[in-house]
Amino acid sequence: MDHFRNPRNVGEIQDPDGVGTVGNPVCGDMMTIYIKVKDDKIADIKFKTFGCGAAVATSSMVTELARGKRLEEAEKITRADVADELGGLPPIKMHCSNLAADALHSAIEDYRKKKGK
Amino acid sequence: MDYQAGSPVDPRVIEAMTPYFGTAFGNPSSTHSLGQEAKTAVEDARSKVASLIGATRKEDVIFTSGGTESNNLALIGAATRSKEKRNKIVTSAIEHISILNICKYLTKLGFNVKHIPVDSQGMIDTATIEDSISNDTNLVSIMYANGEIGTMEPIAEIGRIAHDHGALFHVDAVAAVGKLPINVERENIDLLSLSSNDIYGPKGVGALYIRQGTQLRPIILGGGQERGLRSGTENVPGIVGMGKAAEIAAQEMEQESTRLTEIRDKLRKGVLDNIPHSYLNGHPTARLPNNLSVRFSYIEGESLVLSLDMEGIAVSSGSACSSKTLEPSHVLRAIGLRHEEAHGSLLFSMGKWNTEEEVNRILELLPEVVRRLRRMSPLTPKELQV
Repeated sequence: MDHFRNPRNVGEIQDPDGVGTVGNPVCGDMMTIYIKVKDDKIADIKFKTFGCGAAVATSSMVTELARGKRLEEAEKITRADVADELGGLPPIKMHCSNLAADALHSAIEDYRKKKGK
Repeated sequence: MDYQAGSPVDPRVIEAMTPYFGTAFGNPSSTHSLGQEAKTAVEDARSKVASLIGATRKEDVIFTSGGTESNNLALIGAATRSKEKRNKIVTSAIEHISILNICKYLTKLGFNVKHIPVDSQGMIDTATIEDSISNDTNLVSIMYANGEIGTMEPIAEIGRIAHDHGALFHVDAVAAVGKLPINVERENIDLLSLSSNDIYGPKGVGALYIRQGTQLRPIILGGGQERGLRSGTENVPGIVGMGKAAEIAAQEMEQESTRLTEIRDKLRKGVLDNIPHSYLNGHPTARLPNNLSVRFSYIEGESLVLSLDMEGIAVSSGSACSSKTLEPSHVLRAIGLRHEEAHGSLLFSMGKWNTEEEVNRILELLPEVVRRLRRMSPLTPKELQV
């Protein structure tokens, strides 16, 4: 609930190194994650979310978990990690945490494609 | 402001019920005076419920465990009545989930169920009803008003069409009883479902009006209570409570509906005028006096509900995230909303203890709640990003 009341890292990055969007409004959940990468680490990360309380909270949490990490480490962040850090999610909301982790991986993948790495 | 989910019981109802838990605990079927006292109380409640809906004979009202059970008895009881060979059932796309699921069951039994669509304001077109009902139609079931979007249906006209073709007409009036002046005689209604908790009575009790001469196959069998139509020892305190609630509703309906309409319209105007990209769901004028269903572009319903809950305001949403099935409300989809529009919907259902002050408070808080969620959303266009 804390991450819903006071989500961290909301916003866009003007000149992102990587962008990942998952979900769609038809499903009722959509997340976009923006990253800035420096020395192979996630220097800055922001998100925007259309979705329920769990969607907002998991997006916020995944950005906190990923910030400052090396890309290889960030890629290893799983849906379960996000849910655990929040203290667990009800089963019906687990798909929201899926989206958060997927959005992060998608942003990293986008960065790699752009850099040709 | 979520009375459609659950309401408190009026203190006057609690007071009326209390003796029947303790000292007047008799079974209405008993011959002795303790039993007869309970029977008298039940019959008195029956008259009050009949009065509320314009039924001339109190015997035409039977008590059930609630709106859902009344719907089950009405539909299954009518469809499977003996000597009735016709197998078509006509209902609408916006009925309560109990009606929809009962119809699914009836389809398995071999009935042919047709769901009439509604227009973008949730209204049924009587021309479509006219085309759909014919001499093969056994039963028509249409709700008096929809509790999610508030729209009131042209019930008397639909009843007339049903009767012209010899079909029975059932009306699920759970959302409308106590708020609108229902009259089963004038409105051509054969079967009417109502529930106690929607009129500030206790949960777990309801009623079914059955026009004299209408045949029904009972679905709960046993000792033959309620003229054989609904067996089981009567829930005397609950029934007494429902009777009292019905009496209060009849007395206070006009005044209360006027009051609710005023504060509801104040909220409506405040929301639609001050929050950009906000829209009304349902019919603008033919709607329940206490219902305000609105949608906000670019944001999602459950996060709206949570945000308002944090401020001490309880409302509900038709979004997928807030439903058990993760599907958006079938009612919002039936009025033609796209998924993302249905997801952004919010329902304020007002009741007796809501006040103008509460409306004012919501009007202060809601615009900022919406702004906050729009700032977070990837769908919000640049010009709204404040």
